[in-house]
Amino acid sequence: MLPVDRLASVRPDGPFALTDKTANALRLTTVDSEALGLGLAPGMTLADARAQVPHLEAWPHEAAGDAALLDRTLDAFGRFSPMAALDPPQGLVLDVTGCAHLFGGEAGLMKAAARLSERLGLQSRLALARTPQTARALARFGQGGIVSEGDDRTTARRLPVAALELASAETQALRRAGLKTLGDVDDRPRAALAARFGADISSRLDRVLGLEDARITPVRPPAPVMADRVLMEPLISTEPLEAVIADLLADTEKALETRRSGARGFRLTVFRVDGQSRRIGLGVARPTREAGNILRLFRERLAALSTPLDPGFGIDQLRMEALHLQRMDPVQTAIDEQDQRAEALDALIDRLTARLGPEAVTWVRPADSHLPEKASRRVCASRPEADDGVRWPDLDPDSPPLRPLHLFDPPQPVEVISPVPDGPPARFKWRRVTHHIALAEGPERIEGEWWRRDGGRVRDYYRVEDETGRRFWLFRAGHFGDEPAPRWYVHGLFA
Amino acid sequence: MLSPSGQTRLFGKSSLVKGRGIGLAQGAVHEVYAASGRQAPIADGFSLALALREFRPPFVWVREDRGRHETGGLYGGGLSEWGATPDDLLLVRAPDAARLLAAGEEALRSGAAGAVLMSGWGEAKAFTLTASRRLALAAEQGKTTAILVRANAHPQPSAAETRWAVEAAPSRALDARAPGRPAFKVSLLRSRAGLATDEWIMEWDRESRSFVEPEASGRLVPVAARRPVGVRAA
Repeated sequence: MLPVDRLASVRPDGPFALTDKTANALRLTTVDSEALGLGLAPGMTLADARAQVPHLEAWPHEAAGDAALLDRTLDAFGRFSPMAALDPPQGLVLDVTGCAHLFGGEAGLMKAAARLSERLGLQSRLALARTPQTARALARFGQGGIVSEGDDRTTARRLPVAALELASAETQALRRAGLKTLGDVDDRPRAALAARFGADISSRLDRVLGLEDARITPVRPPAPVMADRVLMEPLISTEPLEAVIADLLADTEKALETRRSGARGFRLTVFRVDGQSRRIGLGVARPTREAGNILRLFRERLAALSTPLDPGFGIDQLRMEALHLQRMDPVQTAIDEQDQRAEALDALIDRLTARLGPEAVTWVRPADSHLPEKASRRVCASRPEADDGVRWPDLDPDSPPLRPLHLFDPPQPVEVISPVPDGPPARFKWRRVTHHIALAEGPERIEGEWWRRDGGRVRDYYRVEDETGRRFWLFRAGHFGDEPAPRWYVHGLFA
Repeated sequence: MLSPSGQTRLFGKSSLVKGRGIGLAQGAVHEVYAASGRQAPIADGFSLALALREFRPPFVWVREDRGRHETGGLYGGGLSEWGATPDDLLLVRAPDAARLLAAGEEALRSGAAGAVLMSGWGEAKAFTLTASRRLALAAEQGKTTAILVRANAHPQPSAAETRWAVEAAPSRALDARAPGRPAFKVSLLRSRAGLATDEWIMEWDRESRSFVEPEASGRLVPVAARRPVGVRAA
């Protein structure tokens, strides 16, 4: 049982159970195999259980930890198929159509899954069938194992009626009616069953018998293009990784070529033998499929990881996914110099982004705000945006620059000496240096965002120059005579 | 520099003013030193002006993060007012000097930019002669010019074609005692082509994208301003 397995390394020896308070009594929620053997079962009150087995160890059940473990288990089992879904509270369902060959057929896959589950310290029962519901029912209520092609119905018929997962009253009713297995239920006319137990029972039966196939909803939608490499000899160092990545990229390139597409995102997942996995992604400005290019970018990305890749006890599988596909016809080499330059710039953006991160490589774009700190924004060069129609303000040809080249965020307080009411200061002190103002222009009044509760005070900006020629953009927040008193700041520095 | 005769002055009526085509050597590294840490914005502005005057966009500007606390970050509104088209300016943030140089080298070699500006802060060990040579090589290979701006640092031996020092100069006031066009005191410290070291006062005219020598006139405020004794000049 998952909740008990999770605590395997910390729990005491001997019969063990987890409890939770339901209906004003402490009841067992999960029991380990030893306790099960001694006749205990989930649902018993702790008092009854202790009466039967005095040396029972019981701890409170923490469901949140179970959910987290199940999520991690999903990640680990994701190596077998990207179409993986949770089957709470302690199950997983994977759609392994077309994946078995990577692990040496269905039998090989089951063996690998059993090995993985053992390594994770979990006791599990595995079942492989044609539909998810059949497999699930066989794992939960049957003996698991692989169901051969066409044998779904016959195998499922041997399951007890509990496999229909009806309410306990209904299940009791079925048993009292003499229907012990699904086969018994299947043999009865459907109309009669529906009349007695509701229309629901028919579709449930069909699903478990494999006559109806309800697809699973994977936790993460699988990427449109994907390539896997399962390594017979796990890698214990990261050097040979590049060769495998190159291999995978060659496969994805071919797959993208057949779709006449390029991708704007690539994701590498590295699976370790101990069940842990790590995903490393990168984005490119222009859709691409050229393996050499992408390999170079991955090289940069791996070199720039903040925590380097740790092979642990070994890496035994790698997966490459191509995301955000876009139609891309056979690459036309740029003919004129301007096109070549544009391509070179995009390639440069990709390389610098892979090395320094998307937030470090940006364009500057105007934004629609009258507040100076919001009038300009950075756009990641690797994530191009559509033109929003906002433009930089027109410049007055007779004016010197009215906005500073550098802006402080947040504005820095300054101490103003000898202010003139509604005028620029004659002197101000900033970072322990007093500046004597020789030239000044202003005020340029910029209101706060009056439509917001915390919109900020009105600001009167002054372009000032001190005696040495250094030029500052100062502002006074609030009016002279306000309560609280207005405060002065330097917002930016002119060149 | 351009003229091998070594007689051409970079600024002044015979050279970098409007109408004259003489300018910075292409495919080489030029260094601009701020006269002090606080003059960093001035050095940035002068370097951007050089790039706008001499070369065609797009430009790549790599900046070391450390300067942000001292001077603030580059402001789009200010770039626009300076005469640049911010849409043609790719800004790259480097966490330290080593990565600043690596990113600059990458940008130069790609040949994608008209010029690559690099702004560093402080005396970093990474700025060695070897690093400078690598930059020069990358500039040559990519046929792109590099302008390395350094603030809060002393000039070191390097493979730079020219080396400049820049500080703020008082501007010529507009009417009503408003600050006028940005003015710089520019010094040529070193030039491989053997140009004479010299000092100028220049103004940046963004409309014509050129440097202008202010006409000598009685209205000019002298460079050495009246400063009360005891106050430290920036």
